Formats: sequence, C-alpha cells, structure tokens
Amino acid sequence: MKKSIEEKLAILADAAKYDVSCASSGSNRSNKNKGLGNSTGMGICHSYSEDGRCISLLKILLTNYCVYDCAYCISRSSNDVERAAFTVQEVVDLTINFYRRNYIEGLFLSSGIFKNADYTNERLIRIAKKLRTEENFHGYIHLKIIPGASEEVIQEAGMYADRLSVNLEIPTEKQLKKIAPEKDHSSVYQPMNLLTEKIFENKEDRRKYKKTPKFSPGGQSTQVIIGASPEQDLTILNLASSLYNKQRLKRVYYSGYIPVNEDSRLPVVTNAPLIRENRLYQADWLMRFYGFDVKEIVDDANPNLDLRMDPKLSYALRHPELFPIDINTAPYELILRVPGIGVKTAKLIVKSRKFGKVRYEHIRKMGAAMNRAKFFILVPGTPIPPTIQPQKIKHQMVSNSQQNQLQLFA
Amino acid sequence: MPTNIIYDGSFEGILTVIFDCYERKLEPFCISPRSNNQSSLFSDRIEIDADPEKSNRVLNGLFKKISKNGIDKLYKVFCSELPERELLILEYCKKIFTSKYNIANDFRSQPVLRVQQIVKMINREIHRMHAFVRFQKTKDDIYAATIKPDFDVLALSVDHFKKRYQDQLWLIYDIKRDYGIYYDKAELKTVQLNNPVWTERHQIKEEVLAENEKRLQIMWKKYFDSTCIEERKNMKLHLRHVPHRYWRYLPEKTIL
Ligand code: SF4
Repeated sequence: MKKSIEEKLAILADAAKYDVSCASSGSNRSNKNKGLGNSTGMGICHSYSEDGRCISLLKILLTNYCVYDCAYCISRSSNDVERAAFTVQEVVDLTINFYRRNYIEGLFLSSGIFKNADYTNERLIRIAKKLRTEENFHGYIHLKIIPGASEEVIQEAGMYADRLSVNLEIPTEKQLKKIAPEKDHSSVYQPMNLLTEKIFENKEDRRKYKKTPKFSPGGQSTQVIIGASPEQDLTILNLASSLYNKQRLKRVYYSGYIPVNEDSRLPVVTNAPLIRENRLYQADWLMRFYGFDVKEIVDDANPNLDLRMDPKLSYALRHPELFPIDINTAPYELILRVPGIGVKTAKLIVKSRKFGKVRYEHIRKMGAAMNRAKFFILVPGTPIPPTIQPQKIKHQMVSNSQQNQLQLFA
Repeated sequence: MPTNIIYDGSFEGILTVIFDCYERKLEPFCISPRSNNQSSLFSDRIEIDADPEKSNRVLNGLFKKISKNGIDKLYKVFCSELPERELLILEYCKKIFTSKYNIANDFRSQPVLRVQQIVKMINREIHRMHAFVRFQKTKDDIYAATIKPDFDVLALSVDHFKKRYQDQLWLIYDIKRDYGIYYDKAELKTVQLNNPVWTERHQIKEEVLAENEKRLQIMWKKYFDSTCIEERKNMKLHLRHVPHRYWRYLPEKTIL
C-alpha cells in the first residue's frame, strides 16, 4: 500500500534521528535573485526535541531500505522494521514548506544504501540540486556522503551542499570490521581526504577569484559512536584531534550508543552513556576553543575522562603547579585555563584590566563561576586567598558537580 | 537640583533629557515615560519632549567618544523597557562624557557592565524571535506570525527575516505592543491593525488560514515527535531551551 507523506515522515525522521549532528552553522550563503533563504554562519536552533537536542534542520533519510547490515543500526537489512522511501519531489516540498514557516534552517539528508554508494549519493544530490537550481533555495543543506563515494559524486555534492559529512561511526578499523562487516575505514577516509583537499582549494580559489562557485562552504564533519565498541577516550580524542588537524574537520560528533538491537557483537548496555558523551564534548570544546592539546586532556596515565568533573577542572587539579593565576597580569590564554572562567568572561577581564586593577567582585559580576574559579586565581579583594589542595577541591567539586549532573541528566 | 522628569517615551526623548540635564544642571532621581506616570503627586516634575536638535547633539557627542556599536547598545537598553533604563542611559552617558578615554570596555564600571548585561538579554530575545517565530500562511498568501516578546525587539529582529524571506509576503505582529512589521516583497512597513481578531491564545484565527496550513503544522509536529530519542528523554533540558512562555508560538507545542 502506498504510504502517505505523514507516514513516511514519521518513519524516515525516526530512522535519521541517531545521526546527532544538527549544526546549521559555518556557512555564509546570501539570498540571491529575490529567492528563498540564506545561511548566516551562526545557525539557529528552531526548536528542541524532548530529549533536549537542538532542532535546526529537517533531518530525514531519503529511504531506510538498506543493503548493509551494521550491527548498531536500526535500519540494518536483517531488522524487520517498516520501510519507506521519499520521492525527490516530496523532500523538496517538505523542505520548502517547513522553511517558509520558519520551522527550520534547511535540510539534512542522509539515506540507507540501496544498490551501492554512488547510486544512493546521486539521489541525494538530485534533491539538493533541485532545491538550488529550480526552487532558488539558499537555506542550509547538509548532505551525507556514503562511504565509498566516487570523486565525481563528491564534486557534485559539494556544489550544492553547505556541509558534507562521511561518518566514521566506529573509532577504530578493527572494531568497525567486527560490527559493520561491509564497511572499512579506507572507504571513509578516501572521500574525507578528497573533501579536505577540495574544500581547501575552493577556499583559496575564492580568495583569488571572487566569482568561483562555492564548494561545501561549511566544511565537513563526521560522527563516531561511543560505547558500541570498547575504545578508550584516549583513542577517541586522539582520533578527533587528528581529524581536526589533518582533515581540517569543522566538527566531530560523539553519539552515545543507544541499544537498538540485540546482537552478540555489541556490548550489553541498558542506558546510553550520556555523561561520557557530555565529557567528550567538553574535551572537544577545550581543543577547539581553549587552545588545549589533546595530550593535556588525556594521556596514558589517564586514558579516560573523569566522569565526575569536567575535563578543564580535572586538568587544573592535575597541574596545581600552574596555579594560582594572576588575573591582572596573566595572558588571555592562561586565564582561559581557569576552571569557572569561560571565553566571554576571559574577554571581559582582558578588556577591562587595561583601565585599572580588576577585583574579585568585578570578575564575579562579569560572570565567572567563583565557586570553582576562587581556588585558582590571584585577584585583589579575594575573601580567602587560595591554597591549592587538589584532593580537597576535588572532593568539594565532585559533590557539587554530582548535584549538577542530577539536574542535567535527571 | 533633584528632580522628577517626565518625557515622551521615545529614544530621541531620552537623549533630549540628557541634554537638558547637562544644560540645566538637573539631577533627576526618576525619569519616566509620560504614559507610565499619570499621577501629579510630584509637584516638582519637569516635562521634556524630544527635540531633534538637542538629541542630535548628544548623539554626535557620543559618536566622538564611543563606536556605533556602543550607541546601538544604548538603543537596545532603551528597547528593554526596564524601569531602570532611563537613569542607566543617563549615568552611562555621563561616564562616557566625563572620562578622557573611551571607557565603553571598562566592565569594572557598574553602568558599563549593566548595559552589557541588558544588551545580552535583548540579544537573547532577538535570537529567540529568529528561532521561535512561526509563520502561518493565510488565504491571501501572507505568512503571518504573532509574537509577545519580553522586550520591544520586533524592530531589531526583522532585518534577519527581510534577508531570508524575500519572495514571500510576511507579517510579524507584536500583540502586546499592538504593532507589526509587514514585508511586501520590496520593503518593510510598520503597521497597526484595526480591530485585529485573535484567538484566545492570541493566534491567527483558523478561518483565515490557507487550505493546507493545518496539515503542514501537523506534519511539523509529527516530525518533532519522531526526531526525539525516547531513551534520552530529558524534559528539564527541553524546558530550559524552550521556556513555557514561548510555547504559544510553536505548533509543535500547541498541537496535541
Ligand atoms: S549502511 Fe547506514 S543505514 Fe545501512 S545498516 Fe549501515 S548504518 Fe544503517
């Protein structure tokens, strides 16, 4: 029986929801020829689902039919689930209709694999092309690249998409082979490396010739699943760090594994590892915005992130010799390392201290979390000057943060 | 001389007040817009209306000391409609005029920091308008939305929509302040509707909506439900991102 759009939407949004990337950022595309839409670079979350995740894009699969059988995936061929497929026109219409009502920033289109990688990718591209060329649509488009995609397909995808992503899914090849036998890392790295090159070249070209058409201007991202295989955080963060440095990825997403299938190759878990996932995002944040090297966050002696406290605090407690930091003289980079002081507050401090001494009360009002920061700073007006006793601080912070976590994850 | 100042409630008005405070050496303990102050309890009150020449001189004076961005900040403070806004703007300007350097970045100073904090609140509300405005298509092909923002941010929010929605007619109407901004595919116009009829939720009535509109809203709601991962359900986090007072904007929260 033919399914209604509503039925397809329910099935294919449900099957797409495990891909956690949601960002609609990183791309500046202006509205041309009195068309529809633009991307502002920042991205907007238009809603939040009841699991607390940002809804920015219409995130759907073109189809959940799939010839592969990845153990962790709800859509794998051996599962008896209801299947559906959109037509090109249906996806175009949904995107436009939602976009005009300000529900979304654009489209995130992925798919199960039918026939082979290129056949599938070509269909995804057809939708993006139609949106751009026939509908005069300038909103955000994120296309999934299926591992094993050819260069032609990648080239075409980049002409219409704002961001592309090839998913690594499982952090190491060895584990990937175990649970997704049809996949391997080289089929991911090949298109990924090609994208790295093309995105870089395109940026250079656009700098020289303003008229050069954009190629995936929002760069590329990837996703790794956490907890479906036994890799430590050390492995995962080293992988992320090299993806940021070598492949110049814009984002690495960490998706805490949700047990959707029973399978002897998968660990027995009842709950998704949400706290671990959260800690990985915090660590990722430290690498991208706080100038931390991956080695400062995890190492052989501490191969896993401390689940009880955020990695910045954990770093500070492992390095008492670096503190206290003098708020009035330390460089910006060091102030950023103080637990409880974020990028915004650090900037306010550095701007203000040009006018005179910054005091305890000032930085509290500027937004520093003094319950943490007070242990690590030298600043006039401090009620009790800091003595750094990692054990004591740890104890105090952990009991605090456990309360916070209950709030966050209850 | 301590005084109570009543002014016309416009931004030019408050700039004029600042001018007069300097010229007439006034030290107001209260500055309030006329509509808010009907009482004649204060016998020593001074009434000041916007005077373009005076307000321009204050603006020019500010331009010499701080950036355009700094002046935008003062305008945002004005849009906050907070009762403290007039005295804060006055205090801030005094600070700016009396110091030798541009102190707009000295966040140790109370008025400078307070302005920064209010600007943050306003920016967040603008951002929420960009996120939570939901257009409904009407029978005459206008994409219309009603809003009820905490601060008077409609005018600060529409530039974004103008850049984005160039090929459709749209209207965003602030039902709390009873004015809207309409885009006719060429430019923005401020409009006031005569006797607008809203539903009890201050929404657009169903009979004026285009034929397919309800079905699309239900589809959106279906998408919203399907994209949620049940195993990760976290209503506390959900509520922090989508506070109750915005639910009335959102079909995904109002359709059952
Ligand atoms: S290829 Fe993708 S859709 Fe198919 S089973 Fe593997 S993860 Fe699922």
